[in-house]
Amino acid sequence: MTTEKSVAHHWRKFKERYCLVGSHCQSCKAYFYPTSVICPKCRRKGRVGEYKFSGKGKVFSHTTIRVAPEGFEAYVPYVIAIVELEEGARVVSQVVDCKPDEVKIGIPVESCFRKIREEGKSGLVLYGFKFRPAES
Amino acid sequence: MRDVAIVGIGITKFGEHWNSGLKELITEAGIKAVEDAGISGKDIQLIIGGSMSSGLFVGQEHTGALFTDYLGLNPVPAIRTEAACASSSVALFTGVMAIQSGRYDCVVVGGVEKMTDVYGNLATTALAGAMDRDNEAHFGLTFPGVYALMAQRHMYQYGTTREQMAMVAVKNHENAMHNPNAQFHRKITVEDVLNSPLVSDPLRLLDCSPIADGAAALIIVPAEHAKKYTDTPVYIRASAQASDTLGLYMRPDITTVGATISAVQNAYRQAGLRPGDIDFAEVHDCFTINEIIATEDLGFCRKGEGGNLVQSGDTMIGGRIPVNTSGGLKAKGHPVGATGAAQVVELVEQLRGEAGGRQVSGAENGLAHNVGGSGSTVVVHIMSRNRK
Repeated sequence: MTTEKSVAHHWRKFKERYCLVGSHCQSCKAYFYPTSVICPKCRRKGRVGEYKFSGKGKVFSHTTIRVAPEGFEAYVPYVIAIVELEEGARVVSQVVDCKPDEVKIGIPVESCFRKIREEGKSGLVLYGFKFRPAES
Repeated sequence: MRDVAIVGIGITKFGEHWNSGLKELITEAGIKAVEDAGISGKDIQLIIGGSMSSGLFVGQEHTGALFTDYLGLNPVPAIRTEAACASSSVALFTGVMAIQSGRYDCVVVGGVEKMTDVYGNLATTALAGAMDRDNEAHFGLTFPGVYALMAQRHMYQYGTTREQMAMVAVKNHENAMHNPNAQFHRKITVEDVLNSPLVSDPLRLLDCSPIADGAAALIIVPAEHAKKYTDTPVYIRASAQASDTLGLYMRPDITTVGATISAVQNAYRQAGLRPGDIDFAEVHDCFTINEIIATEDLGFCRKGEGGNLVQSGDTMIGGRIPVNTSGGLKAKGHPVGATGAAQVVELVEQLRGEAGGRQVSGAENGLAHNVGGSGSTVVVHIMSRNRK
């Protein structure tokens, strides 16, 4: 099986993945990722707009992946975390620029722009946000 | 609405079947179920079969028609259900509605998965389709990783220990010793689990259910017809399904599975039963932490006490609430599309009193809990020896 996708498949998500853009609902004041036209709390009554997150947050939970899926073999072991952004939304990505055992629940992190993986030999090189430890 | 009963069960051995593909697995389970019910093919009016990812595992989709074709039952209508690892419980949920509605009187439900024809990380990739592909798997998250995130948080919030998680695997391997259809017939110790290779911290290899091939099938009929087929029908007292966010990361609390709570509350209401009335349960121990979380969410203990529950021995056969008497996903095996139906096979064998060395004495009411993804789909069934 190949996991290579068309350029458009990735291109339409560039704003979210390159710039950490999610959503803000002006009705319930919730922030969430990714972008959506429907607020998960208010549904169609929400007034949802795009929002660019600051990229600052804290590790909510984490794990070190040692058996990788296709395309991530070269990165093992790597840390994946659920990060709670300072606005309240949560996202998933890797935590880099540190040793796996330095990542703990609650440590402050900030987003950075990194390569995610290559899609096979002829596919795209995919980029996006990861996180790194930050000063609190 | 009509009540529903199970009058036939069929299951293959779970594990690596080098000589069996989808066809052989489906026909073995299907024929066993039909023979167990004492019916013939012409009695069957509808087939509903679960398969999570036959397309990625063996390149074959359109498994509804495939079920009917392979069982020689054309032109009986067929439906494929897909809800990741809960695919065949959704088949049963759908089949129950078909009987309840009065439209059909004899339905085959079941599920199949053929997972061992692909190599290691392709299976990991296929299973990752059960999570949020764009926002979780895209960044390199795996399924062991999803449950490791839950485990890490459960340990942090409730003090659940590494050893308590290992005890789930030890118990389920012990139970599987008495299940001839289980993938593993090998006792393990807590030390074995703690010394097995790390897969996704804190989860180790022996915390993880294995990749397997297998199929299971059930024959369901209206309760008022059940005695026509068998002296020991098993009655479906509740059938409930609930949904939650596809991504784990969007949920406010990842130490609980909200869809389990929604589904089981609905199921207890349908059955008129409470957690204390359940004599045994098959729960979705895809990873050891999930049995701990499930026993809490199903009401067998308080939130955060699941680790202590397994440590106390209450979930062993002979304990207060035996859990995963079949060996569970951990030791019986987890051919994902077949797992929900296989859990129900265990419920039926227990309630008929045919579970041999793993029999729960005096079992009257059993509960099956099947999870798709990280809890994006949960199906709960409650079954009883008695109709009410």
